[in-house]
Parts: sequence; structure tokens; C-alpha cells
Amino acid sequence: DEAEEAVRSRLEAIGLHVGANFTERLCRDRPLFGETLDAIKFICKDIWAACWDKQVDNLRTNHRGVYVLQDNSFKPVSRISSWEGRAEAIRRAKLYAAMPAGIIRGALSRLGFQTTVSPEITSLP
Amino acid sequence: MSKQYKGIGEDLWKGRPEKVNAELFALTYGALVVQLIQDYEDYSEVNKQIDKMGYNIGTRLIEDFLAKSGIGRCADFREVGEVVSKVGFKSFLNITPTVTHGAPPPPSSPRPGSTGPSQASVGSSFTLTLDENPLAEFVELPEEVLEGGLWFSNVYCGVIRGALEMVQMQVEANFISDVLRGDETTEIRVKLIKYLEEEVPVGDD
Repeated sequence: DEAEEAVRSRLEAIGLHVGANFTERLCRDRPLFGETLDAIKFICKDIWAACWDKQVDNLRTNHRGVYVLQDNSFKPVSRISSWEGRAEAIRRAKLYAAMPAGIIRGALSRLGFQTTVSPEITSLP
Repeated sequence: MSKQYKGIGEDLWKGRPEKVNAELFALTYGALVVQLIQDYEDYSEVNKQIDKMGYNIGTRLIEDFLAKSGIGRCADFREVGEVVSKVGFKSFLNITPTVTHGAPPPPSSPRPGSTGPSQASVGSSFTLTLDENPLAEFVELPEEVLEGGLWFSNVYCGVIRGALEMVQMQVEANFISDVLRGDETTEIRVKLIKYLEEEVPVGDD
């Protein structure tokens, strides 16, 4: 859907801006991260806590560059419901995850990593 | 009355369980404005869009405000100004802009059927002077934006307009000056245009 894609890309762009600048401010007095994993952990703890008051619940990796960050009650979508039913709510919630995805991508890019970030919502509380 | 409002505003602010990181808030708003400038390229159009967003926020914000504050109807527009600054701004943004009330409008000839003392307020205005602006924390406007006439924090005007419309007041809210533009102060002028009739909701017949 073209209109939705336009919205999603703008939200991600806003997130990129926010993530990059916010990371700059948070990391001002810190030495650079040596390991990629440390940067990811920074995202899981510091960025998550600053934006959403909690840390990531679960972090998995295939040790080949793919990291899965799992949050069991992600603030931006935790209160979403739709009169059209669960499945519809989940589908629409994906759009709300676009900005957070952008924040993560922006943060990582400011730390020197090129990434793609794909949000996935498997279920809503 | 004024001291009472201050207290209410303070309590409301402290009582809010969910607060967003101020830096995050400012950064997000800034990114939003940047995106709007990219999309519209015309600064007066951007001002309008920001105002519109503010309006949409305001129409919903007022519900939260009324539910949490329990404040009743204001006696006159002067009181509206006090409540907006001491309770409204305080409870949501933890800032208290200074209110300066405008000169009362010249008395119009009495019209038959005009209701109560509040009608005399029409044409009244107040000015909010913001000593601090949470939205503008990290902001510096480049030359062409300044020349283009952008009011960076125009969202406030929309919020005020939307919120007051939901309580039956049609107002105009505009920025008069902004330190981001190099002015001495940041000021919003709010003018009462008219009171709105309570509309009967569309029925099923």
C-alpha cells in the first residue's frame, strides 16, 4: 500500500534523526564501542531505558550479524486494540513500530554500523 | 484563585505516572518539523500543518485535562488565561508561562437575548510569555528558515485552539515573537473570537 509505505518511511526517517542525535548525546563522554555486541547491548539497555523506561527482555544472535531484540511489552504498541479484531490490530501496530525501528537504526548508524532493522509483532497483550 | 491554580498544576504534574524523556520529546518534535519542511517546502504551509497537528492533539488533551484536574467552567476569559498557563502548561510540560491579560474590549451595545456576563469577554485576549520552551531545547534555526517565517513551536497554538474549542470557545492563537527567531521573548497571543453554541449531537432519526 503506497500511502502506508509513505507514512512508514517518514516515521522511520524521524526515528533515524532521533536515534542518531540521542545516541550522540548519550555517548558523548564514553569511549567508542569495541565490539558490535557492545553496541547492541547499549541499544538494549540505554536506548531502550531512555525511550521506553525498561530494558530489552531477550537478546539472541546467530553470531553472523543477525540480532533479535525481544520486548514482551513494547510501550508504543502495548495499548493498541482494534474493533476489527486481534489480527487487524497487529497489522496496524506494525506502523507504530516504524519510528522505534528508525531510532534503533539511527542510533547504530551514529555508532558506525550500517544496519537494517525489521520490526515484527507476533502478538499483542 | 491564582495560588490555588498553581497548587493544582503542581500536583497534577507530580501525579502523572508516565512522563516522557524531555530530550527525546524535543528531538522527536524537531525531527518532525524537519520532515515537514522536507515535505512541504513552504514555511507558511508548515506552520499550518504544525498548527493542525496541535489542534488534533488539543481536542483530545482537554479530556485528559478536565478528567484529571476537575476544574469547572471558567467565569471569564481572564480566568481561562490563568488556568491555561498555571494548570494546563504546568501539568503537561512543567512550565508556567507568564500570563498578561489584554485590555478589556470596549463595551458593545446590549443586544437582546445576550446571555450572561461571559459574553462581555468576547474580543478579550491574553498573552502567554514562555521563559522556557521544552520543544526548543536543542534548536537553532538556519537563516533561510528564519527568513521563511517558520514558527517552530506553532504546535502550542494549535493545542490551545483545539482544547478551548472543545469547551465551547473559539479562539485565535498566534505567536507574536520567538527567541528562536532572535526576538527578546517567546510570546503567544490568544484572542477570544466567540463562544460556541453547544451542538446537539446528530441523532439516529
